[in-house]
Amino acid sequence: MKETIESLRFRITKRFGTKTVLQDFTLEVRGTQFITFLGPSGCGKSTALNIIAGLIPATDGEVSIDGERIDHLPPEKRGFGMVFQNYALFPHMTVFSNIAFGLQLQRRPAAEIQERVRQMLDLVQLPGFEGRYPGQLSGGQQQRIAIARALVLHPRLLLLDEPLSNLDAKLRIEMRAEIKRLHTSLGLTSIYVTHDQVEALSLSDWVVVMKDGILMQAGPPQEIHDQPASVFVADFMGFRNFFPTQVVALGPDRMVEAAGNGMKIRGKTRHPLSAGASVVAAIRPDDIVIGGDAGSPNAFRGKVDIVEYLGRDDEAIVMLEVGGRLWVRTGVRVTPGENVTVVLPPDRVIFLTSEVPGETK
Amino acid sequence: MRRGKTGEPSELDLMAIACLLPSLLYVFVLFVYPFLYGIYLSLRPLKVDGFSLANYIAFFTDQYQYKTVGITFRLAVPNTIVVVAFSLLFAYNMRRGIWLERTITTILVLPISLGVILLSQGILGFYGGKGWFNQMLLGLGILEEPLVLTHNFTGVMLSLFMQQFPFCFLMLLGYISGIDPSIENSARTLGAGPWTVFRRVMLPLIAPGLAIAFALVFVMSFATFPSAILLGQPTGATRTIAIAAYAQAFEMFDLSYASAIAVIMGLFQLAGLLVIILLRKHMVTAATMGVGKR
Repeated sequence: MKETIESLRFRITKRFGTKTVLQDFTLEVRGTQFITFLGPSGCGKSTALNIIAGLIPATDGEVSIDGERIDHLPPEKRGFGMVFQNYALFPHMTVFSNIAFGLQLQRRPAAEIQERVRQMLDLVQLPGFEGRYPGQLSGGQQQRIAIARALVLHPRLLLLDEPLSNLDAKLRIEMRAEIKRLHTSLGLTSIYVTHDQVEALSLSDWVVVMKDGILMQAGPPQEIHDQPASVFVADFMGFRNFFPTQVVALGPDRMVEAAGNGMKIRGKTRHPLSAGASVVAAIRPDDIVIGGDAGSPNAFRGKVDIVEYLGRDDEAIVMLEVGGRLWVRTGVRVTPGENVTVVLPPDRVIFLTSEVPGETK
Repeated sequence: MRRGKTGEPSELDLMAIACLLPSLLYVFVLFVYPFLYGIYLSLRPLKVDGFSLANYIAFFTDQYQYKTVGITFRLAVPNTIVVVAFSLLFAYNMRRGIWLERTITTILVLPISLGVILLSQGILGFYGGKGWFNQMLLGLGILEEPLVLTHNFTGVMLSLFMQQFPFCFLMLLGYISGIDPSIENSARTLGAGPWTVFRRVMLPLIAPGLAIAFALVFVMSFATFPSAILLGQPTGATRTIAIAAYAQAFEMFDLSYASAIAVIMGLFQLAGLLVIILLRKHMVTAATMGVGKR
C-alpha cells in the first residue's frame, strides 16, 4: 500500500517583492534518503520546504516526482507528510482525532482507523494517549504525536521543518535518535530543515548547505564536515580560525604553502590553485595542538588570553606573537597570561578560495 | 507592583489595592450605583405607595409597549447574524494579509470614526428617495420607482450594519490572524481542502471569538436608539424598546416606569447572551481550547 518515490527533482526560484529568497535552488534526490537543508536563519531553507509541500507558491521553477511535475497541485493532493517546528497539533482535538484526521478525510473504515492510530502510537512510544488533548502533553510528546499524524498516512515524502528546535537539549538528542529510527525502519524519503550542524551531520545521508537562497555545497555529511568548499561552509561546520594568505608554493599530494600577516602556513586544499593566489587557511579549534617544537612547521608562539572551562576540554583564545588570535580547544590545561607554542598540524589545515567570515555573515 | 522578599506578590498588597481604587470607584459610581438605583426606582411606581411590580405588569399588559420587544428582536437578531457573517467572511479571507490591506482596512473601519449622527445623515442623503443611489438606478433605467430604503426597517438595518460591521470585522480579524498558520498548513498537508480546513479546524478555533462577536453585536443592536429614530419610524415599525424607555422618561416624565422598561431590556439582553453561550458550548465540546505549548 505504501508508496515510495524513485526520484524527487526540483529547481526553485522564489522572490518576495524585490527580495530574492531562493535563487535557482536545484536538487535531485533518488530513493530512500535523508536529506537535510542546513543554513542560518533567513537562508531560505524553510521557504524551500514549504514550496515543496505546496504551502507557498514558487515564483519560478518546477518540482517533480518520478518525472511527473507536481508544482500545480495543492498541498492536500501531494501526499506528503509534514512536521512543523511548533508541532501544529489541532488543539481542539484529542490525540486520537489528531492522528485519525487524515485517515478520516480518506474515508477509511473506522476499524482500520482505530488500528492504524494504535500502531502509530506504539511506533512513537506513546501507547494509550488516545484520549489526551495536545495541551496536556509535553513538548516532546506533542512532537511525537505530530510525527505520528504525518506518518499514519504513509506519505511518500516526509518533510520536517526544524522539528526539534523547540525542545530542550536533552530531549532534542533523544528525539533525534527517534527520528533516525523511524526514518530507517519505515524506509522513508525525508527532507529535514535545520540550522543545527550536529543534527544535520548525525541524521543525514545528504546535507545541503544554504546561504541567502543559494546552494553553497551539497554532499554526504563526512564530506561537508571534512572538506568544506567555502569559508561560509567551513565557518558553519565549526572551523573558527581563518587566516587570509597568499599561495607561496604548491607541493605534491595537494599540499600548499602560503604566507600572510607574517605567518607561513602549510596545509591541504581541494581547489586547483596557482602561486600568488589569495586563499584562506582554516582550522578547527580542536585540531590545534598546544605545546611542541617551536621550530617545526606551522608552529607559532603566543600568549593565552581567555580560558573557558568546558568540562573535559578547555577552550582558549591565544594571542599570536605575529598578530591575530587563535581559538584553541584542548585537553591541556592552560592559564591566562601563559606563554605557549601552538602547532597547526598541516593535514588539518585547509585552504579555501573565498572571503573571510564576518564579511559573509 | 510591590513584591515580597521571595519575589511573589505579598498577600495584602496595599499598593495594588490603592492602584485599583480609582477604577473600582469609577465602576461603582458610574455603573453599580445607577444600576441598582434603576432597579429600586422601577419597583417604586409613581401612582403606588411602597414597592410594587405595577410597572412590569403595565408593560406586559400593554400591547403598544410589549410589542417593542418583538420589534427590537426582529432588528437585532438578523442584524447580528448579518454583521457577524460578513465580518467572518472578510476577516477569514484577510487572515494572511492581502494586497492593499491597510487601505482596505482603513476604508472598512472609517464609519466607526464618524459617529452615528453623521453616518445616519449620510445614509439619508445617499439612500433616500432623492439620494444618489436611487437617482443612479432610476437614471440607468433599472428602476421606475425609487426604492424606499430610509425611514423604515431597512434604513435602521443599514445604519446598524455600517456602525457595527467595522468593529466586529476588526475584532474577528485580530482573533483569526492570531491563530498559528501552521495549524491550518498541517491540515492541508494531511489532505484537507480549504473548505474542510475551515469547517473542521479553523471554525472550532474561531468559535470563542465568534461567540464574543455575536454577544457584543447583539447587545449593541438590541439597545439601538439613534438609528431607530433617525432612519426608522420611531412611532411605528421601528419603535424599539430603547425608544419606549426614552418616551416614558422624557415625554411622560415617568422615570419609574422608564426604569422598569430599561430593566426589562437588560433582562432580554442577558437572555440573548445566555442563548449565545449555550450555542457556543454546543458547538465546541473540547475544554482544552488552544492551550498547546508554543
